[in-house]
Amino acid sequence: MSGLLGQSLLVLRKDLLIEWRTRARLNALIFFAIATLLLFSFALGPDTVMMRKHAAGYLWLGLLFSSMLSLGESFRIESENLAMDGLKLIPVDPRAIFLGKTMGNTLLLWLLSLVLLPVTIALFDVTVTLGWPTLVGIFLVGSMAISAPGTVYAAIASHARARDVLLPLLLFPILIPALLAVVKATHLVFEGDLMDQLKSWMRLLGCFAIIYWTLGFLLFPKVLEDD
Amino acid sequence: MPLITPLLILVGVVGLLLAHAFVPSVRRWSWKAFLGIAVVMFLVQPYLALSWAPPEREMGEVQRIMYMHVPQVWMALLALTLNFCCSVAFLLKKSWVTDALAEASAEVGVYFGAVGVTLGAIWAKPTWGVYWDWDPRLTTAAIMIVIYMGYLTLRRFVEDPEKRATWSSVMGIISYVDLPVLWFSVKWWNSLHQVQSSPKTVDPDMTMVLRWSATMFLCLLSVFIIHRFRVAYAARQAEVAPPEALAPGAA
Repeated sequence: MSGLLGQSLLVLRKDLLIEWRTRARLNALIFFAIATLLLFSFALGPDTVMMRKHAAGYLWLGLLFSSMLSLGESFRIESENLAMDGLKLIPVDPRAIFLGKTMGNTLLLWLLSLVLLPVTIALFDVTVTLGWPTLVGIFLVGSMAISAPGTVYAAIASHARARDVLLPLLLFPILIPALLAVVKATHLVFEGDLMDQLKSWMRLLGCFAIIYWTLGFLLFPKVLEDD
Repeated sequence: MPLITPLLILVGVVGLLLAHAFVPSVRRWSWKAFLGIAVVMFLVQPYLALSWAPPEREMGEVQRIMYMHVPQVWMALLALTLNFCCSVAFLLKKSWVTDALAEASAEVGVYFGAVGVTLGAIWAKPTWGVYWDWDPRLTTAAIMIVIYMGYLTLRRFVEDPEKRATWSSVMGIISYVDLPVLWFSVKWWNSLHQVQSSPKTVDPDMTMVLRWSATMFLCLLSVFIIHRFRVAYAARQAEVAPPEALAPGAA
């Protein structure tokens, strides 16, 4: 397979294969995310009304914390045995590496969100008022908005000192607008959208996802340059 | 004082800035000129802002904090825009000048942004009743400061100067996404923070004092960035200099 898209899909396939063959990591990620959700309910006490109201926020915070682990991991595997150098020498277009990695991270985060959804419903007693397809769509766009800048910054942080501290430090602030939009959209799906606000929050979220994917696509080759 | 005065000074300051950018011989003394203009304007500014300008109709005397709050945030946006331009320029053509300028402008921008937001909080207490409200303008401003603090942290965490310059340029470009959102937030969401006033709707005396303060802070911003740039550029030169034994002229 050649061409940019073909190469991206090959990178994606490679990453998914690694993920599948080391399932222990995937399991750890799922348990970490569930543990985070449980911690929220323990930390905030048994006030069911409040928990139901804020469930969307807890769900996305759990996903955000888990994404730190999965994003960091997706570049740690490349630093073993100089895999990234090998990948560049094949040669794979750096933009294809970005697209493949970002698609992989999006997919992982999206699946994680689908796993966390029943847990959220059980723990926080929420109901999906606006229908499942909308919710699954919001999860997908939200995962896309986190993954694109996440992939760029994980690539940067993986080569820097104190990478585990650096990645959240760089990534959390720029994700705040997207996080705000996705939490609000998810909340509206849970609680019902009486004021017809969902569209505008989705538009904001979509804009951020598009901007981050475009910038990542354009800038990622510079990040990989001669490192 | 004629209302056009600050605009005339502003034209002079912008001219001097252009001269500083393109004429090397000007760079030796230009910062002194900026500092001098800033000091002279600062001596008059308290009189203009506290007594000469009329009090605002609704807020009264408390509104006078605007003459400090608004220009400082403008300068923060200006400095961070400079950072964005330097980041793009560095990726197009590697140069330690743009890298050092990016570092200088980000640091000074964070400083002005933090002071501007603090002054805004002081203004908010008597007018809104609270220091802080999670309204979109305040939220995006807070995000801006945290993002660029992360940017400055990244610069401290990477030892290799070339990688540091490239990566921080990438981050500078991605970070800039927040600034248009910050600027337009008051129009898009129509929230607690008022929208930008236009000279057409404001008393000309108020506009004049605001321009006066903005020009003053522009001079101060220039002094800060010029000095911070020199420090950053010297540090970069020291980092990339060849070891002493290899330096030209060594035996």
